[in-house]
Amino acid sequence: MYPELSHSEIHRYSRHLLIPEVGLEGQRKLKAASVLVIGTGGLGSPVALYLAAAGVGRIGLVDYDVVDFSNLQRQVIHGTSKLGVLKVESARERMLDLNPDIQVEVYNEPFTSENALRIAESYNILIDGTDNFPTRYLVNDTCVLLGKANVYGSIFRFDGQVSVFDARRGPCYRCLFPEPPPPGLVPSCAEGGVLGVLPGTIGSLQASEALKLILGIGEPLIGKLLLYNALDMSFDFVKLRKNPKCKMCGENPEITELIDYEAFCGVPGHDHEEGSAGAGWDISASELAQRLKDGEPLRLVDVREPHELEISHLEGSHLIPLGQLAARLSELDSAQEMILFCKAGTRSTRALELLVSAGFRKVKNLKGGINAWAKEVDPSLPIY
Amino acid sequence: MTILRIPTPLRPYTDGNSEIELQAENVAQAMQQLIGLYPTLKPHLYNGEGELRPFVNLYLNEDNIKDLQGLDTRIKESDRLMLIPSIAGGSPDVP
Repeated sequence: MYPELSHSEIHRYSRHLLIPEVGLEGQRKLKAASVLVIGTGGLGSPVALYLAAAGVGRIGLVDYDVVDFSNLQRQVIHGTSKLGVLKVESARERMLDLNPDIQVEVYNEPFTSENALRIAESYNILIDGTDNFPTRYLVNDTCVLLGKANVYGSIFRFDGQVSVFDARRGPCYRCLFPEPPPPGLVPSCAEGGVLGVLPGTIGSLQASEALKLILGIGEPLIGKLLLYNALDMSFDFVKLRKNPKCKMCGENPEITELIDYEAFCGVPGHDHEEGSAGAGWDISASELAQRLKDGEPLRLVDVREPHELEISHLEGSHLIPLGQLAARLSELDSAQEMILFCKAGTRSTRALELLVSAGFRKVKNLKGGINAWAKEVDPSLPIY
Repeated sequence: MTILRIPTPLRPYTDGNSEIELQAENVAQAMQQLIGLYPTLKPHLYNGEGELRPFVNLYLNEDNIKDLQGLDTRIKESDRLMLIPSIAGGSPDVP
């Protein structure tokens, strides 16, 4: 029933074969198993490496990005020699170097409602290593529709969450989070960032859960959510219950096919131009430089966090972190033209929306943020 | 004294505090005290109608208050309340 192991495989997996809970039969189960890893970033890196090393026979990777310098602080499957290379290709090469006996299939495309069922269908287990709400809901719904387990992991700064959502045996992601936070409300952008080792911890836990599910050993995190905090070094478990009214996996599900997840989450699509507030609201770094040079009385408002000023700052700018903006509107003069900026333009776009809804009209977003300024106007500033 | 744990994403609104000590008999009182101490938290937890937002999960020890008596759930001295955030990060790049 399960594939045989070669002598070289028996040698490779000897430390597994010594564990009674794995043994020869368990290792053959791993060889017969297939796991789809959505995202080959912070979480996907340890997941893919450990599943490959453990001998999971067929591993699928979905990602559409290329390796960027700022990824390497945590995405340990990639390397400096792979900058600019497709993440799925970079990851596949590393995994096959680690274990040439496995099969790695790559999908160099975003995971979308159009391709999700087709890609996921032939895998036993899905692992959610994505970085955004639309794809998390998509992974969940795909698993519920196909009757597969979703090994969930999520991280933020020093916090991590892990669970196994399997609607056949317990709750799904929507039972816990029926809907995503409205964009801009949860300070995920303004307060962004992550301790590099955190995805290592959380991704390794996801890999453990996947191996347990394949082997049928131990107690999987079904109906339980693990909450990890690296600063407190705390591991808390809470109970998750299936919501009988869940729109996806409840008694009378309203959602019976994949939907438009970007519309559902109210966030722009994969092709959205990062750091732009849209036509009419943006100002480019070079245009801003020219207008300042012409002596125009522009007010520069920096909506980043105070510690980011040490990295780079614009002379004469006024700091109001995005999280404090709503409470500090009185510091701003709506009659004076204001240029809002942050690192790359996303937070300042949020700030602009907030100011416009508060009645400000003479506001613009520095497209691409201070990083664009560093690139186009002042190369003495670092890009971060 | 009941301890309420604040997750990292909400700590900017609690002056960076990770645990808040509250004196409350039920969850509703605890939440009122919390909002009284940190008013800027309110829009993150409640919608315009004054209801807890659907993505906010409040746990008493191991149990979601939705699975107990909701905001009427009584609190004992040794209990611990915990807010569980909806986080999406996998490999976030700071925007």
